[in-house]
Amino acid sequence: MNFPVLSVITFTPMAAAAIILLMPAGKKNEIRGVALAAATFALLLSFWVYFSYDASAAGYQFVEKYNWLPVLGISLHFGVDGMSTPLVLLTGVVMFTGVLISWGAYDEHQHLSAGIQDRPREFFAFLFILASGVFGVFVSLDLFMLFFFYEIAVFPMYLLIVIWGWIQTREYAAMKLTLYLFIGSVVSLVGALAMYWTNFQNTGVLTFDMTLLENAGFSQAFQYIWFLPVFLGFAVLGGIWPFHNWSPDGHVAAPTAVSMFHAGVLMKLGAFAALRVGIMLLPEGAKQWSWLIMIFAGVAVVYGAYIAFVQMDLKYMIGFSSVSHMGLVMLGFSTLNRAGLTGAGVQMFSHGVMTALFFAITGMIYDRSHTRQIPELGGMSRIMPFATIGFIVGGLVSMGMPGFSGFVAEFPIFMGVWGAQWLVAVIASISIVITAAYIMRNIRQVFFAKMPEKLEGHMTDVTVLDKVAIVTLCAFMIVIGLYPGIMVPLVSSGVEHILTLLGGA
Amino acid sequence: MNFIETHLLTTILFLPALAAVAMLFLPRDENKLLRWFAFGASLIPFVLSLVAWVNFNPDQAGFQFEESYVWYEAIGSSLHLGVDGLSITMVLLTTLLTPLAILASFNITDRVKPYMMLFLFLETGMLGVFMALDLLIFFVFWEIGLVPMYFLINQWGSANRDYASLKFMIYTMGGSLGLLLATQMLGVLFGTFDLVSLYQQWNSLAADTALLGMSVSTVKTIAFWAFVIAFAVKVPLWPFHTWLPDAHTEAPTAGSMLLAGVLLKLGAYGFLRLILPLYPLEAKMFAGALAFLAVAAIVFGAFAAYGQTDFKRLVAYSSVNHMGFVVLGIAAAGLAAGTNDAHIALDGAILQMFNHGLSAAGMFFLVGVIYERTHTRNLEEFGGLFPLVPIYGGILIFTSMASLGLPGLNGFVSEFMVVRGSFPVLPVYTAISMLGLLFTGAYILKGIKKVLHGPVNEHWAHGEHKLTEISAREILLIAPLMILILWIGIWPAWILNVINKAVVMLF
Repeated sequence: MNFPVLSVITFTPMAAAAIILLMPAGKKNEIRGVALAAATFALLLSFWVYFSYDASAAGYQFVEKYNWLPVLGISLHFGVDGMSTPLVLLTGVVMFTGVLISWGAYDEHQHLSAGIQDRPREFFAFLFILASGVFGVFVSLDLFMLFFFYEIAVFPMYLLIVIWGWIQTREYAAMKLTLYLFIGSVVSLVGALAMYWTNFQNTGVLTFDMTLLENAGFSQAFQYIWFLPVFLGFAVLGGIWPFHNWSPDGHVAAPTAVSMFHAGVLMKLGAFAALRVGIMLLPEGAKQWSWLIMIFAGVAVVYGAYIAFVQMDLKYMIGFSSVSHMGLVMLGFSTLNRAGLTGAGVQMFSHGVMTALFFAITGMIYDRSHTRQIPELGGMSRIMPFATIGFIVGGLVSMGMPGFSGFVAEFPIFMGVWGAQWLVAVIASISIVITAAYIMRNIRQVFFAKMPEKLEGHMTDVTVLDKVAIVTLCAFMIVIGLYPGIMVPLVSSGVEHILTLLGGA
Repeated sequence: MNFIETHLLTTILFLPALAAVAMLFLPRDENKLLRWFAFGASLIPFVLSLVAWVNFNPDQAGFQFEESYVWYEAIGSSLHLGVDGLSITMVLLTTLLTPLAILASFNITDRVKPYMMLFLFLETGMLGVFMALDLLIFFVFWEIGLVPMYFLINQWGSANRDYASLKFMIYTMGGSLGLLLATQMLGVLFGTFDLVSLYQQWNSLAADTALLGMSVSTVKTIAFWAFVIAFAVKVPLWPFHTWLPDAHTEAPTAGSMLLAGVLLKLGAYGFLRLILPLYPLEAKMFAGALAFLAVAAIVFGAFAAYGQTDFKRLVAYSSVNHMGFVVLGIAAAGLAAGTNDAHIALDGAILQMFNHGLSAAGMFFLVGVIYERTHTRNLEEFGGLFPLVPIYGGILIFTSMASLGLPGLNGFVSEFMVVRGSFPVLPVYTAISMLGLLFTGAYILKGIKKVLHGPVNEHWAHGEHKLTEISAREILLIAPLMILILWIGIWPAWILNVINKAVVMLF
């Protein structure tokens, strides 16, 4: 394999951002066109990676390695395994649909409204820089590069929220989000540097290469001390309780496409980095502390669902449901066994697609109704039947209904928890019923209840581009739900490697 | 043709769902086309299940028409389908009632396309439960059927539909939670969900094995009750039945037909397919408790039905009453497993499932017929309708009598068998249930009296409210049910032969 597909995927959004910035600001549709072309290209490449990854061979594939700063042992080392391949695809999907739903629509006066109308040039540029960062984290096999891309992903988030966000809370939310994530990543960075130096002292080799650090054989004591800072530092971005507080605020304040990225992909970034750096590099520490992660995650699952249940703001509801669902990912990690990790891998993808869909549809509704208060909405099914079906599908995934990807992901997670600590499985299962209750209640109120009078006549159906986005996202959830074989073997191959690092557990 | 021969069950199972997907591409406003398409699509599975019924060999032990496909390899679950004498009866009932329910929906004019699609998805969901030979697949279809039913009640139901549909959903999902957890535990323990191998492995666990830090018998007892609660909610057993009157009453007519006709049987089928084979010891140990709940359902169900003023609610509570007999038979069979009494009780219970499917679907349809014309279900507002609608009156009396258990009609055969099988095993409970039977007679006669007899209610006799007679389509719809009711009542051997052989081989 000579074509450097991973670096092309990673740098395509960055290059597109540069091109977009060079275009005149007034040519809004041309800018959108370039954005869509770049996103489609990245999506096709990530499909190609997904389907040509050889799950039976497992290991890191499509590996590329270029020296970057050899003196310090830093290289641009890319490669994907069974865990990260679905996440690369996820990023491609969210990027593609995010561009589609940011396009906008003609309102009743034939003015283009909704979507992003204010400075789309800068918006897409920042969004694409963020996307490059996300791709970079998922494909990096070098610890330094992972941090490098991690920060690239976090920083545009601040600008995107503070400039294009919801006017009432955007400054507060953007500041809160950025501080939380920076603090988290700094803590992790300290841990990473500790690994780097300890490895140097042990072996005399300066390297950030994770494929080498995996086998560095850190001492037990070292792993006990550093696991928690490294894992939790990243897990902040994964929205783990009790550090989840920034996340719903951030979701709510962000513009639609950014919420999709934020909940759909960025939270996976945190979970994935916590897995790759925390669990895979410090497996002994993971075994030691898994009980604590399990408690945090278990609380997140039930508490997140309960808080979502009492929300009146549609976006807050989805924000807290993300906390609950990402809690399941962490719960899967904390089991450290085959079923749990496999489920967590699928759940990352499933939740990413589902929550992107939720935020997309919420954005479509908000752009037209200018309210997200659930009691002030109603009767959307008459106006936007397509969005209704999309939201229902997303809701069923969220409830873990069999036949959709949520079930395929959650079932093994719970099996994993049974293998580790059955009581947690029993307690966490309560969240399923709570989730069903709030999802059903919201579908009924927002889409089927009588439409409030002040909305009458102001609502228009979603655009063709919106429909393409909805169909794309739904298709993933249904196909995986009906035929898990399309994704699970891939994730399993990645899990095998993790289990080897954990000592063949 | 060869494909259908080798894939008979998958064809029956997925054809309705595929037809529903195909309906997406039909025009939204062509109501006539949509209706006939859905009806046609639901007839094919019926014909195919008749083929299966004819080719089914009742003397052969084990499952027939088995098919197995890779589904979720990583956790050891496969799409394993097959039927025995127990499930093929239920498959036949489902594929028979679905076209009838769709036919009963021809008067729906509001959003016909999604309505018909939901019915077809519902059929796939129900059939999957009856065909599944894999515990996880069983659970998948068990849950999936909830979704179409929820939307059918929530979108096409009557006034109180929001409350009723949410209650239905939350009750059933909450009830299934224990089933889900127990399923996960079994999967973790054995690494497979295949029922045949689970029966064997789960029962041969040595008694001194330590499971999850507890003894095997404790774990099994907890898992037993987790299963029981999931199925008891669906059957429904007293005191888990309170979702039922709401859901049945608010659902559209065809929805009630399938809810009472098939969905309740899913619960009873769970008892037969999972609980008795997986937990023979616990079923024996707790047979008294189950019988108590069953008898409570029979007696309280009958009392509650008697107390209703809403015709549809009366029929809804009669389901609680009738399904109680199914569980009574199962409890007796659990206690006396392997004996002749147990076999008779189970024969009765399974036949009662089939019979109640016929008569409850018929009753809900007849309530729907009169509701559609009068827009009321209040028994006090009827009265003396017999002279106005003699054919409808005759059909209503016939179907009610089947429900009452009149000898010569189907209900008598199955209830008699349940009572005959249970009496030697659980004499006191069976005796009390006979009292319930007495009140069954009382509420049925009350229903007939309030609707058909007494002085003619002039409101319905003249003018714009004049009651019209049951139409040809409606007669055509209920005719197959009536024929089967009479046929099983007079000559039950054709179906009992299949049921009995399966029961003797299984239990």
